[in-house]
Amino acid sequence: MTNLTMVKAINAGLRKAMERDPKVLLFGEDIGRLGGVFRVTDGLQKDFGEHRVLDAPLAESGIVGTAVGLAMRGYRPVLEIQFDGFVYPGFDQIVSQVAKFHRRMDGAVAMPITIRIPYGGGIGAVEHHSESPEAYFAHTAGLRVLTPSDPQSAYLTIQQAITCNDPVIYFEPKRRYWDKGEVDESQSALDLGAVADPWRARIVKAGSDVTVACYGPMVRTCLEAAAVATDISLEVVDLQALAPIDYETLVASVQRTSRLVVVHEAALSGGVGAEIAARIGEKCFYELEAPVTRVAGFDVPYPASRIEEHFLPDLNRVLDAAERVMGY
Amino acid sequence: MADERVSAVQLLTPEGQRVAHPEYDINLTDAELRGLYRDMVLVRRIDTEATALQRQGELGLWAPCLGQEAAQVGSARAMAPNDFAFPTFREHGVTWCRGVAALDMLAILRGISNGGWDPSLHRCGPYSIVIGAQVLHGVGYAMGVQFDGAEDVAVTYFGDGAMAQGDVNEAFVFAASFSAPVVFFCQNNQWAISQPSDRQGNIQLYERANGFGFPGVQVDGNDVLAVLAVTKVALERARSGNGPTLIEAYTYRMGAHTTSDDPTRYRLAGELETWRLRDPIERLKAYLARQGIADRSYFDQIEQEGEKLAEQIRDGVRAMVPPKPESMFDDVYSEPHARIDEQRAEMLEYLASFEDAGG
Repeated sequence: MTNLTMVKAINAGLRKAMERDPKVLLFGEDIGRLGGVFRVTDGLQKDFGEHRVLDAPLAESGIVGTAVGLAMRGYRPVLEIQFDGFVYPGFDQIVSQVAKFHRRMDGAVAMPITIRIPYGGGIGAVEHHSESPEAYFAHTAGLRVLTPSDPQSAYLTIQQAITCNDPVIYFEPKRRYWDKGEVDESQSALDLGAVADPWRARIVKAGSDVTVACYGPMVRTCLEAAAVATDISLEVVDLQALAPIDYETLVASVQRTSRLVVVHEAALSGGVGAEIAARIGEKCFYELEAPVTRVAGFDVPYPASRIEEHFLPDLNRVLDAAERVMGY
Repeated sequence: MADERVSAVQLLTPEGQRVAHPEYDINLTDAELRGLYRDMVLVRRIDTEATALQRQGELGLWAPCLGQEAAQVGSARAMAPNDFAFPTFREHGVTWCRGVAALDMLAILRGISNGGWDPSLHRCGPYSIVIGAQVLHGVGYAMGVQFDGAEDVAVTYFGDGAMAQGDVNEAFVFAASFSAPVVFFCQNNQWAISQPSDRQGNIQLYERANGFGFPGVQVDGNDVLAVLAVTKVALERARSGNGPTLIEAYTYRMGAHTTSDDPTRYRLAGELETWRLRDPIERLKAYLARQGIADRSYFDQIEQEGEKLAEQIRDGVRAMVPPKPESMFDDVYSEPHARIDEQRAEMLEYLASFEDAGG
């Protein structure tokens, strides 16, 4: 085991994937010589060469669109979008091409493309650098969406995203990039099989009163809330996959606790939490003791950084919601 | 050519006279020349038959390539078997030359598929409908060729309207930056639905290549020999590692944008008459006849072949039945997906409930 930051863990996962498959190539802005603005790809161009780690022209649609052609030629491109707010120029190629190509071609052409996007707030950044656009992608048929919450899950899921023959939007919680954790680098995600199924939610803390479903940056927040909640026992579920969501694990948890709080940074309305609330309402109608309650960002453009703490769900808002669902 | 703006490469005049060009030439056997004629006639026959089938309600839509046969056949016949074409929805001449069956071209417009063929089988991508999107795919494919150390070339097709799209301009940047083995083949058919090509920019389209750092050349798009010659040079340039070329094939969309369009609302009938005199098939026919390369019996034979093909298309289209409803769930993903499996089961159960009721 090695103690690594999430940045280093993803770097190690990328390295593993590149060693295993020569068709894996990395493509993005400033990812080669610089190693990426967050240094996630640090050293990979030096070790794998300029034809495996490519610095792209500054054009997101171009990066995604050329990746479609690379996939048609048999490559397995791993793209880096520099920040969440810069993915939109590439949105058309992702939604209309990457997501639909396999269906359009009756399965004759696969799109094994991974699109890495650092997302979320909490780092005091300027506009367009703190967004949580995951719902757009989770809503889009043909895409899969993954988001790790700690170094070990990041190390494994990045490898699994790359190996997957479907396109995967891989959201990296940038405020957790520098969190450290134990990573077993001797593990190759492929050898683990179902032991580390990226499409299964993980119960990261067991509890009995309230299920708290969360993902990415909010997992640590919810774990902290669970740790200080003395009167209420919170079960924290790290969804990990936002498309498709593992309802089996979530439903089983809610059947035990009878209460669900969903937490995400993204704006409330039309978010992943809304979809989960609808589903759990259908599946757990008789077990629920309280309405499914959401703790989320507000329906406003991401605010200026000096007031972002009032936008982002934090420990207190999670506890407040947990108390409310206990009050029914 | 008559237009003042145009200084296109030409090897065959509208009257079918073979002319010399200082830079471009082509030497074809008689059989090859007859083959180009056959391709163009059959493509036009597919096109007119498909238009008729749309009028009869058998196809939801058709985008005619009428008038653009030389641009499409000339460029596609210049390609090597392993080169890869990235067409739009109007490139029936290209897909024909890549060996796609006529009925497969119609599947998407019959509404029974969103694709129609296996791209790797024909080395030809699907009909791209989002304007300009496939141009980036072609560049990415070409980058892959380059990384493989192979000698294939990608040929991307698009129109004058697409020249305004961000994706096309990004494709130019990426291709130039990586010196990718790609040929940008722009058919300037004068009209992006109702907008004349000067709405897409105020210099001639081929001249834009200069700004991106690779050559641009304008060719008479109704001259199949010139198109073939110019495309061959661009392909060889790409194949030998010298990067992309933009070809502007100056042509004319003689039909409507699609069968849903009414061009009389935005262009004058006289314009169409002018372009009828430059018909790509007539000029090659005149040349073949004058040179004694083909005679009346050959032309009749090709016409009969066209009639036979049209008949096959008519019968085939009517026999094309919609796929089963639950097939919409197939191939959305290539790996198992719980939501898809669940929804497929729900649909089947719902559909089965009617059978029970009726049973």
